[in-house]
Amino acid sequence: MQNLRYEAPETLADATALLSAEDGVARILAGGTDVIVQMHSDLIEPDLIVDVKNIPELTEIAKEGGAYRFGAAVSGKTLMLHEDFNKTWPGIMDGVQLLGSLQVRGRASVGGNLCNASPAADSVPPMIAAGAVASVIGPNGARDIPVEDIVTGPGRTCLEKGEIVVSFLLPERPPRSGDAYLRFTPRTEMDIAVVGAGVNLTLDGGGACTAARVALGAVAPTPLLVAEAADALIGTKVDDAAMEALAAAARAACNPIDDKRGTIEFRTKVAGVLARRAAAIALERAGAN
Amino acid sequence: MGMKPSPYATKIPYEEKDNKVVGGRPDPKNRSDAIDKVTGRARYAADYNLPGQLIGKVLRSPHAHAVIKSIDTSEAEKLPGVKAVVTRDDFPDMEVEHAASGELMVNFRDVTRNMMAREKALYDGHPVAAVAALSESIAKEAMKLIKVDYEVLPHVIDVRDAMKDDAPLLHEDLFTKGAGIEPDPSKKSNIATRMESKLGDIEEGFEQADFIVEHESNTKAAHQGYIEPQASVANFTEGGTIEVYTGTQGHHVFRAQIAKLLKMDISNIKVVPAELGGGFGGKNNVYLEPLAAQLSRKANRPVKMVMTRDEVFRATGPTSGTNCKVKMGCTRDGRITAAQAELNYQAGAFPGSSLPLASITVFTRYDLENVLVVGHDVVCNRPKVAAYRAPGAPMIAFAVETAIDDLARQCGMDPIDFRLRNAAKQGTQTHFGPPLGQIGYIETLEAAKASPHMKEPLGPNQGRGIASGFWFTIGNDTSATINITEDGTASLIFGTVDVTGGMRSAFAMIVAEELGIPFEKVRTQVGDTSALGFNFMTAGSRGTAAGSMAVVKATRDAIHRACEIAARKWEVETDQVVWENGHARPASANVGDFEPMSLAQLCREATWFGGTIAGHAEINVAMGGPGFGTHLVDVEVDRQTGLVKVLRYSIFQDAGKAVYPAFIEGQFQGGAVQGIGMALNEEYIYSDKGTLENPGFLDYRVPVASDVPMIDTHIVEVPNPDHPYGVRGIGEVPIIPPLAAISNAIYDAAGVRLLDHPMSPPKVLKALDEAAPAEAAE
Ligand SMILES: Cc1cc2nc3c(=O)[nH]c(=O)nc-3n(C[C@H](O)[C@H](O)[C@H](O)COP(=O)(O)OP(=O)(O)OC[C@H]3O[C@@H](n4cnc5c(N)ncnc54)[C@H](O)[C@@H]3O)c2cc1C
Repeated sequence: MQNLRYEAPETLADATALLSAEDGVARILAGGTDVIVQMHSDLIEPDLIVDVKNIPELTEIAKEGGAYRFGAAVSGKTLMLHEDFNKTWPGIMDGVQLLGSLQVRGRASVGGNLCNASPAADSVPPMIAAGAVASVIGPNGARDIPVEDIVTGPGRTCLEKGEIVVSFLLPERPPRSGDAYLRFTPRTEMDIAVVGAGVNLTLDGGGACTAARVALGAVAPTPLLVAEAADALIGTKVDDAAMEALAAAARAACNPIDDKRGTIEFRTKVAGVLARRAAAIALERAGAN
Repeated sequence: MGMKPSPYATKIPYEEKDNKVVGGRPDPKNRSDAIDKVTGRARYAADYNLPGQLIGKVLRSPHAHAVIKSIDTSEAEKLPGVKAVVTRDDFPDMEVEHAASGELMVNFRDVTRNMMAREKALYDGHPVAAVAALSESIAKEAMKLIKVDYEVLPHVIDVRDAMKDDAPLLHEDLFTKGAGIEPDPSKKSNIATRMESKLGDIEEGFEQADFIVEHESNTKAAHQGYIEPQASVANFTEGGTIEVYTGTQGHHVFRAQIAKLLKMDISNIKVVPAELGGGFGGKNNVYLEPLAAQLSRKANRPVKMVMTRDEVFRATGPTSGTNCKVKMGCTRDGRITAAQAELNYQAGAFPGSSLPLASITVFTRYDLENVLVVGHDVVCNRPKVAAYRAPGAPMIAFAVETAIDDLARQCGMDPIDFRLRNAAKQGTQTHFGPPLGQIGYIETLEAAKASPHMKEPLGPNQGRGIASGFWFTIGNDTSATINITEDGTASLIFGTVDVTGGMRSAFAMIVAEELGIPFEKVRTQVGDTSALGFNFMTAGSRGTAAGSMAVVKATRDAIHRACEIAARKWEVETDQVVWENGHARPASANVGDFEPMSLAQLCREATWFGGTIAGHAEINVAMGGPGFGTHLVDVEVDRQTGLVKVLRYSIFQDAGKAVYPAFIEGQFQGGAVQGIGMALNEEYIYSDKGTLENPGFLDYRVPVASDVPMIDTHIVEVPNPDHPYGVRGIGEVPIIPPLAAISNAIYDAAGVRLLDHPMSPPKVLKALDEAAPAEAAE
């Protein structure tokens, strides 16, 4: 801690070069709402901090054709102020709006939320459900990684030394699409998800579900994309039977732990409940589009 | 409180009169502490810095129970920047000697072992060494260089486990003491004390009962959750004196304890109480102060120590976790015939839980003939418990007030009517000692019954719960000095630390009332230990109640001085002068035709006529003026997740007479919110290694603002007959009913009885799931 070095490069090339060259512990700093807390509680003692907030690619929100791309370091508050983004991806925003408090969201980013690699991160299940792809750059060039593949375990990602998540690309939105995210916490705010469920679906003109993605948080070592749960919805009118099948598939996908935040039994049960409730909201939102 | 009431203790009869200031609602921005707090100018202990100060850190045991075979500090001492290291070898051992420290008693033999482990580490977080260095990072580096050789022992966390015959023993010299234990036990035990109190014949009482309810409740330890972590700055001088700036609820008591622990004269120590960022009983005990003082002595420089939140949770006292068994019987028409309770309270690593207090409150709000209360004070491998707002009472009220609810149901009676049928009143004999004086319990029940809350309709999965609580008001040593300044304004120095932030304003209102000057013309402040005679802690709801007795006496003393000055000027006797509306006046026309003199006018004459106007009081205030409260709560239960949402909450409490009603409302609300948090989510969670798993506010879930509705408050006023302004202690009662009230509301909403604390979603969901098949079978 006594020789901590802080750098704030303005280009991706400088950032990856700094990170690659460091022999000690290096940390990327976006909002710092995880990094600084971890430093204060002596969980990490970095030698180098690379602040990425001065790099334009990490802080922009832009449309590419009909699709949204936003920088990994864009703060939650900045996203919340982007009206059209909110209208297009209300489910992602359900997650973003849950990040800490007003003060925390002024800093906290979706990139940091993802790369901190907590199974309980709130913006991650709806990003997975949305089909978001991360654009990553590193010493060996650029690559695109689906968000569900980034986290490999609690506190671990598939990113290699020197790699940075630059931005996220979301698919273009077909009509009659809706997404939603719900989490369960004992408190209304300032709490950590005991279970999280994100659902994204598209209906045809007749109200049948043509596409769906379902993701769960805090019920396994990593956030989960649950194909079986999505399959339970696709081809149905998202009626009660489909909802029950969705809940059952969500429960079956759970591989949680017993810990101070919840029991296996509780998490599994509630995962089914939340998947259903999130699907109901997504359905309503899809119908309104 | 065990202490015999002194015949010399001060009581002042209630004076019924129309007040101009007292009972009003001064502009909140004129609250003496408000502006400094919201602008960040208020100086809490961690805001004090002395020239040349070092930073001190504590090395703590990572084990729940271990013999400390050796401690090697040599490498740490060699680290550049390290100025002093202290361990058990730097503190004198103490004999068994008991003293009051707030509402709980302490034993110096244990106090010294709690602040710094001696033979054994007895809990995760127990201090084993402390370092003072030029910076925090050097101090942390040094701690890594201290080698402690531990022999890890089996540990015990739960109170029921600790009571078992084969439990790991914490202390080699502990044999159960107390009532009903004969002959003296020969076997060592974790049960430090057994206590018993009774009234009438319990067996006969149960024979008369038509209905009997038995409840066994379990509660986890809960922390006060004060926002400000403990912090102290100590400066030991070459002249052998110490100055300590610290966060405390009782600086005089701390001074005496530091003197004892360091074997010094009390007069050589000055303790300056800083603005307090919450205490709730948790700042009744020394932790850092003696360590900082001893480090300062060794290093020859001031030493500052501030706990991290992690340290606060692991090593300062929470309230006891408990196991309570209650059995109560009543007749068909709702008359309670017998009431029995067993209280098993965790004391933490050393004897001395809140049991003695809790056992006083068990059934005290009911008029009962047959009572048996048995209690056990049990040590286990946790931090030594501290007082927490009505220490011990919420947990036993959880078991009792839920049993009352079930009895009322069995009789087919409304729970308020059932309580009214059995309510204590003036003259009711308590099971622990004296009969009750003038109290306002019935009035709180009647206010609840008549409230609009009772008429609010309930929706599906919603339920209403009610519960009541009782707490006493302690008196004890209290002093105050008032100086009338040259311009006729008043400056009050008092010694009961303003733990709530409201005491300064309440006292200013009383001084203004007495002197007949505006509230804004009175400045009040807490004096350090050099400013006043001994003051007991702000504990036992005594702050405003006892403190204001000294304030009234001191102010009347100053008024006497003011009248004396007028008398000398008018060349009459002092008793021929009266004080009215802020002026000295002739007592009657016979005295003479003198223009009344204001305080400011008198001040201008003071020098010639004898000297500055001032007054003081040093009194032992008589204990008295207990408080009673009744809470109503509506909840909604999410049957699929077990989440309990508090929809509506109302408090009806006897405050005696309200000096500063807005502040009383704040105390009611604050206490209830702490109780709600405790009821729903707050708990200490230990790993199977005996280490605390949730030492922070992320996982120790106190409620956030959006978790609670606006809490309605109703101040009931039945004056305390022994206080000039009728004041009762009010701070503690409001934390007592919420646990039981919420359990009762959950039962009303969902038909499941929760007696296992906290009533967190997993527990509620489990109870609902277990009840569901039974319901289906019905
Ligand atoms: C009081 C409080 C409440 C909170 N509540 C919640 C909550 O309710 N829900 C929730 O999910 N989280 C919560 N958090 C955690 C935190 O705010 C979020 O995880 C946040 O999104 C992290 O973003 P950040 O920009 O601050 O990340 P940082 O702290 O800057 O970084 C987090 C991690 O990601 C890495 N990183 C950051 N950016 C990149 C990048 N572009 N490429 C590669 N690696 C990167 C960092 O090195 C670090 O390891 C809370 C935190 C606090 C302090």
